[in-house]
This record gives sequence, C-alpha cells and structure tokens, in this order.
Amino acid sequence: MTDLETMTTERGQGLLPGGPGEGMLVEVRGEGELTTQDMNLNIGPQHPATHGVLRVVIDLDGEKIRRAQPIIGYMHRGFEKLAEARDYRQIMALVNRHDWLSAFNNELGVAIAVERMMELEVPDRAQWIRVLMAEWNRILNHLMFVGSFGLELGAITPVFFAFREREDIQHLMESATGGRLHFSYARVGGLKEDLPRGFLAASAQMTKNVRVRNAEYRDLLQGNEIFVARTRGVGPLPRDVAASYGVTGPTLQATGVPEDSRVTEPYEKYGEIDVKVPVGTNGDSYDRFMVLLDRIDASCDIIDHVLDNITSGPVKTNLPKVVKAPEGAIYVRTENPLGQCGYYLVSDGKKNPWRLKMRTPSFNNIAAMPYLLDGALLSDMIAILGSVFFVVGDVDR
Amino acid sequence: MRPTLPKIGLLKGLGVTLKTMMSPSTTSQYPHVKPDLPPRTRGVIALMEENCTVCMLCARECPDWCIYIDSHKDTIPPKKEGGRARTRNQLDRFAIDFALCMYCGICVEVCPFDALFWSPEFEYSTYSIRELTHEKEQLRVWMDTVPAPPQLEVGAEIPPEISDGLEAARKAAEAEAQRLLAASQPAAGGDGAPAGGKAAAGTAADDDIHVEAQVDQETFDKLVAEGKSERVARAKAKAAYVRKEKARIRRERAGSESPPAGGDQGERAGG
Amino acid sequence: MTIAVLAQSLLALDNVWLALGLKLGLIVVFFLTAPLAVGYMEHKVMAHMQDRLGPMEAGLGPIKHGVGQLVADGVKFIQKEDIIPTAADKWVFSWAPAVSLVPVLVILVVVPFGPGVWAENLDAGIFFALAVSSVGVLGILMAAWSSANKYSLMGGIRAAAQLIAYELPLVLAAAAVVLQAGTLSLVGIVEAQNEFRLLGAIPVPYAVPHVIGFGMFYVAALAELSRPPFDMPIADSEIIFGHMTEYSGLRYAFFMLSEYAGMVVLSALATVLFLGGWYPWPGVPLPDGALGALLGFGVTMGKIIALTFVMVWLRATFPRLREDQLQRMSWLILIPLALLNIVVVAVAKVML
Repeated sequence: MTDLETMTTERGQGLLPGGPGEGMLVEVRGEGELTTQDMNLNIGPQHPATHGVLRVVIDLDGEKIRRAQPIIGYMHRGFEKLAEARDYRQIMALVNRHDWLSAFNNELGVAIAVERMMELEVPDRAQWIRVLMAEWNRILNHLMFVGSFGLELGAITPVFFAFREREDIQHLMESATGGRLHFSYARVGGLKEDLPRGFLAASAQMTKNVRVRNAEYRDLLQGNEIFVARTRGVGPLPRDVAASYGVTGPTLQATGVPEDSRVTEPYEKYGEIDVKVPVGTNGDSYDRFMVLLDRIDASCDIIDHVLDNITSGPVKTNLPKVVKAPEGAIYVRTENPLGQCGYYLVSDGKKNPWRLKMRTPSFNNIAAMPYLLDGALLSDMIAILGSVFFVVGDVDR
Repeated sequence: MRPTLPKIGLLKGLGVTLKTMMSPSTTSQYPHVKPDLPPRTRGVIALMEENCTVCMLCARECPDWCIYIDSHKDTIPPKKEGGRARTRNQLDRFAIDFALCMYCGICVEVCPFDALFWSPEFEYSTYSIRELTHEKEQLRVWMDTVPAPPQLEVGAEIPPEISDGLEAARKAAEAEAQRLLAASQPAAGGDGAPAGGKAAAGTAADDDIHVEAQVDQETFDKLVAEGKSERVARAKAKAAYVRKEKARIRRERAGSESPPAGGDQGERAGG
Repeated sequence: MTIAVLAQSLLALDNVWLALGLKLGLIVVFFLTAPLAVGYMEHKVMAHMQDRLGPMEAGLGPIKHGVGQLVADGVKFIQKEDIIPTAADKWVFSWAPAVSLVPVLVILVVVPFGPGVWAENLDAGIFFALAVSSVGVLGILMAAWSSANKYSLMGGIRAAAQLIAYELPLVLAAAAVVLQAGTLSLVGIVEAQNEFRLLGAIPVPYAVPHVIGFGMFYVAALAELSRPPFDMPIADSEIIFGHMTEYSGLRYAFFMLSEYAGMVVLSALATVLFLGGWYPWPGVPLPDGALGALLGFGVTMGKIIALTFVMVWLRATFPRLREDQLQRMSWLILIPLALLNIVVVAVAKVML
C-alpha cells in the first residue's frame, strides 16, 4: 500500500490519510472565491457501516463527497497461495471462507472445476442436492444484506427479523452438513454424505416461512416512505458503467441487465429449472434492494422445484483416495449470491493445484465505488455502501 | 409500485412492529436453556482410542496440521513356534490443537477405522490459548457425548455396510427356507434339494477350510517375470495358492457327496 | 370562559426555604428516576418489537427481568475512567454535558403534574420552558466542537442545523395553544383545557382541534431530542455517535440522561398543552386534596408513558431521515403549516 504516500489531491498537495496530522490542509482556491476547506475523512477500516474492514478515504465539502477512494487489502489472507499447498478436499474447507456468507456456492465452484477437468459425471441426486444447498445459501446471504441495509439506514428492527430467519435456515443446514456458516459439504464427485431424514419436509416448510416473512420485509422497508426517500435515486449505476467495471450479480441486475450465470451457462441442474432473474430499472439503491427481495422469492421457487423433482440414488462417486486433476487449465463461472464467481484452476497432474485464481464478485462490485460516491452526500454514502453488496473477505481473499 | 395511499407505508411498518411486540419472542435463554443441536453438528472431535491403529491419515489430511500423534511399535511374540513376530502400533500421544482446528471434518471423514467422531459439545472455552490443545484423555471423555447418526433421507442410497448386511440376512433367510423345505420333503427331489442344500452348505463351510499358505511357484515366477518386486510376487503367489487349495478342497467335499461327478474331481485334485 | 382560580402549589409551605428545598429535592428525585423507568420501557418494548427479550438477568433483589439494568449501567458509568482526548479543549469538553443536562432539570420546575403538584407556577410558564430548552442546544455544539474528532464535528454541524430548524415548529405549535387558552401559564392552560368545549358542547382536549399542531409539536420534539427518525446528529452507523463519540463514563451518562429526561419533559409538555394535563378527560373533576393530587399525578404519568411509548415505537420502526430531507420537511412543510395553524386558531377563537 505504498502509493498512499504519493496520493495527491487535484491541488497537487501530498496527503497521508490516516496518519498523524492528516487532512486539515488549508488551501486557498482561486482569487475572489469563497475560501473553503475540504475535509479528508477516513471511513474505516473499523466502522459500523462498512461490512468488515473496508477503508474509504473521502474528501468532503460539507456533506458532499468530492472524491472517494476505497482502500482494500486489510483482510488479505493469501488464499490463492494457501490453495497451492493443499489438496482438493482441503481446498473445499478453505474456500468456504473467502465469501463466508455464500460458503456452499464457493465449494461448488471448486468442485465443478475439478470435475470438469476430470470429466467426471456427478450423480443426479448429488446435483439436485447441490442446487438445493446453493439456493438455501443464496437466501441466507440475501437475508443478511436485507437486514444490514436497513440497519445502516437507521431501521433497527428488520435486522433482527432477518437474523431470526437466518437462524432457522442455519439450523436446517446444520442438520445436513454439521456447520452453520462453513459447510464443507461438497466434494469432488458429489457430496460428503446424503441428507438426514426429514430434511426435505423441513425445507418445504421453511420456504413457506421465508415467503411469509419476505412479505413482512416488504411492509417494513420496501413500502416505507422514509426508506424510499433515502434510497430512490441514490447512487444510480448506468448499465455501461456497470459493465465496464465488471459488476455482476444483484448489483448488475438492478441496472436492468438480466445477466445470471445460472441462466446463461447452466451448471448442475439449473438447466432444467426455470430460474427467474428479477431486474431493476435504473440501478439505484432502491432497485438493488428490491432485486434482493425478489431474488429471495425466486430462490424459494427454485427450492420448491428441486423438492418436487429430486431423484433417488447415490450422492458420491467412487474416486481414488487421492484425487488428482489431470494436467491442464479450466475456468469455471458460477453464480454466487453476490455475483459471478470464477475459478481459474491450473493443474500439473498432482493432487495440489498448480495455481488457483479466484475471480471474486465483491472485488469488482466495489471497484464501482468511486463512480457511485462522486457527488453523493455522506448519508448517501452509507446507503450506497450498504446496497453495493460485498463481503470484505471476498474482496481481499 | 402499486398506487397506495400516501403515508400508508409508514403505518404498515408500525403495524408490523406492534404485531411482533404482541407475539411471544423467539429468544431462547442460553445458558438456562441449552440449544437443541442436530446429530451431525460439528462441535468438537472425540477419539475412540481402541479403534485407532495410528495410521496417521488424519494428521496427514488435516489442512492445518493441528493433530499431533506420537506412537511406537510394539513387538508381539508369535502365537506359534516358528512363526513371524508381529509388530503393532501403540498410540502414545494423540492431541488436537483446537486453536488451529478449523472444524472442517476431513480427519473424521478419512479415518478408516472409525476412531474419530463429531460431538456437539461447544462449551470448552479456556482462559489461555495453550489450554486449547486437548490430549486423548479429554478426547475420550467427549466420546460419551457423541450422538447416534441420523437416518438418511428417503431416496438416499443405502450405505454398503447396511446393504451387505441386508444381503447376507436375505441369503441366510433363503438358506433357512430351503433347509426347512428340504427337511419337510425328504422323499421329493433327490438331486434338486440336496444340491441346493449342498451348495448352501458349501458356502457356509468355506469358512472352516483352513489352508496353510505356501508359495505357488508358477504364479511367483510369472509375476517376477512381469517385473513386480519379490515381496509383492510372494504375497500374490501365496494368495493364489490358498485360492487354488480351497477350490480343490471344496470340489473334494462336493465330489465326496455326489459320487457321479467325482471322477473329474479326482483328477483335478491330483493336479 | 373564565379560567378557574389557580390553585396553590401543594408545597407552598410557610417556611420558604423548606419548601424550596423540598421542591428541588423532589424534582431531582423525579429527574433521576423517571428516565430510568422510561429507559427500561424502551429496552423492553424495543426488544419485543424486535422479537427478542431485552435485559433479563439484571434485577433488583428477587425481581429479575432486567429491572436493574439501568441501575447497573449507572454504577458502571460512575466507575469508569474519565478520558479527555489530548487535542480536546478541556474546559469546554468537560462542561458540555452539564450544559446539556441542566436545562432539562430546570424545565421540570414549571411543569405541573397534578392539581397542586408543581414546583412553581410561573405566569410565563411555556415561554420559560421553551426558552430554557434552547439552551440545551449549546451543550451539543460545545461537545461537538471541543472533541478533536471529525465525526463529532459532523454530528455537531448536523445537530446545529437540525435543532435550529425544529425550534420554530415547536414554538409555533405551542403558540397556537397559548392563543387558544389565553394564558402562558402551564397550569392555566390545563385549567383552560378543562373548560374547553368544542363547538360549545363537546369536551375534548386541545389535541382534537389542534390535531395538526399536536402532530407538529410531537415531530418537532422528536427532532429536538435527536430521536429516530430524526437522529442524524447521532447516526450511529455513519458518524459513530456524533457529538458524544469521545465521551465515556459519567459524562456520557449525563448525555444519555439528558436525552431520556428530555423525552419525559417534552412528553410532559405535550401532555399539558394538548392532552388535558392531569384531568382524565376535560370536564371530569378530580377529588380534592391529596387523593386528587395522587390521581392527577397518575393520570399525567400515564399520558407521558403513552407518548414515550410512541417515541420508542417510532424508533424501532423507521429508518433515519437524511439531513436535507429533514430540513426540507421543517422549513417547507412544518413551518408553513404551523403558521397556518395559528391563523386558523385565531380566526376560530374569534368567530366561535
């Protein structure tokens, strides 16, 4: 992070934000103009509003943001290097943890990458259960952001309701996988073990609950005039800008682009399911939030479809004790709840990958931050940060 | 959005909070009420020391290398005179550093001898991080809290342990039925019933054919010529010898009970 | 309509100094206990609205269910280290909580809680109350500017703008009531409400004809207290805690006390101005003497608790209004409405 020392403002003065004596420069701009002073404020890395250790350095003129720069890397754990020293089952356990809110989807990506390299056929039942787990994980992720978005805007109640739902769903996932947040359930060739008795019935009941409570969130937030006034028109993201930054997932769908990897390149059983992709109109915070609520309903529909069509059979494939991917490289795209997650796996025939590069959705989502924050008010910055969904572990890996 | 009355959204929100206030809350008051954890919960790892053969697979597969195993080999004198002394691994130390453990479950999954289990215990916090390394005594204590695994979902594949057992039970039941049938109809079908009975008896009697292993020279030479090492070739030749002997003895027995087929068997027994 | 003879305060004893001492003592006792009760209600009500239980373990003696939570909080705050940031302006930083707290205490001197249950019946009661509450604004600005912290500064800037903007609707709504009642004295306003008849026949408190004024007064009170949905100055997801960020220990406790006591005081003012004070309903008399005083006090406290319940309800439900939306609402909507309200009341009073 050495370019902090050389970071300059338009006025050509060096700043060291975050350091001692930061920010209170007195600058006289122009002749005959009202002399103003831009305040340099450091949001984060520890801050209630940034989801984790994201740091945003902003130049404030009163309440208006003149310039914003997100600084990442506070949570870099060296995932890709760690992955080079571990075999594929150990990588599953690790990869749960970069986007910890969508743990199963991450594992799924790695599993699909290795299976495609080995040209392995995964049993039908395993594919259906994988879709089921991925969609429950999607609902978990979206519920988290529904709750925390309201919290950042000052509505302190929906977060408790969202976490109540999350607890119920996590209990369900715990009965099948053993973990509430980090599942370690997918394996190369299928799953670790089959579901426990009663899981499918409990799933069916839970989708009903989630739908009912989703209606409550709509009442509490989506229809609330104050909420609408805080989020409508705030941080609009045009389609071309979003595409140029590589923004994916609900953030992109809110701008009106129905891009979803489950539809464009179906993996597992998504080809047989009618996946609804809700879109917004102008990509502002309200649209992003609305897309999130709609996606929860869409995931409930997918789960119901899986429960109706699940087949019987094995969930594991007979593989040698040590799984070795053949030499070669592969790039796999999956639709994580936050966006499109890509795994570029290069193998040289051993049991460890030679290189595992992750293209994480949150990294590109917050790349659009300077564009969104330019000209916004400080309170709007909170609304924007909360609505451009990201997890810092996903950004930094 | 659907056209609604102005400010009705605010009132709806107030209604939701009021309704929630009136209904009982979902909080469960831990620690007065213990949480209801499902059987597969990954709380802490328990060790059944009797099953452990110190194969070290768990320590090798752990992504964090948090399992510390010490062992030594004991030499056990041979059971009979002139036999080979056996060596057995003895577990000295089995410790898991739960400060490093990431509760992934790979060690439990790879253990071939079912020595590691998941227990839903989670109340083992300590004041110092060093005390989080638990030795096998503590791991044995946690074995008492390991729950029975849940039944698998309808439509799941039946695990091989259960399906083999079911198959064996089915065969035994069939054999029993046949025997009863034969016993109740001694005059009817001289060949059919006894042959069936003999076949069943043959497989049942396989177990008490005991053959002393010797090296089958043909197989040994063939394998060495193929390039296998002597040790491997010797082992495979011994197995081949045992297989041939057992088949011969089986044929002898079958031959002794049905004389018409005994002719060729006598030749084969000689060869 | 004549205003009934203003009764004497119950504590108008012969010995002036004893009376003074008793009055101030009782006010301080009330000041210290009422916010605790309101705070406890906020904890529990907000918790149940959020589908959880609230404080359950802290208790007083055999009663658990969290009744002792705020007492425990008080003890905790008292024993904390007194931290003053190095770059802060020490004198201003130290005195800001007091400047914020004392005006609330002083307003309690004029608020009547029952027949005879007041400390002093000033002839310019409501004027005094509103003037003193404006002094509390100074405390917030002192705190914001003296903590050497940009977040506090942001909070202070927002607070200054917000509190000034919402003074006017508060005062104008009260002015409409004063116009209606014909007196500035708070006791006089209660008595006038007792005798008020809508359209000559229906006894209603002033909340009915002044329904817009009541709404405005309540909204302006929320904004004056920086309560959600107007808590931009202390928006805790953006600027940590605004002007109170650098405070810890007893100073912080004073700020919190001033907020909750302010809730009680402004609810009490709203009760007196709009909800009929200590009369259960205008026209329903209270028995004389100590029983009447007790009942009246109970009625007032009941109304105060109802109003604070609504404050907590609003806090649990609504997100924050953005600063500019807040300002827009005040200057462009509330103040014109307030002026219109005064005109309508004046016309109605003359005509009817």
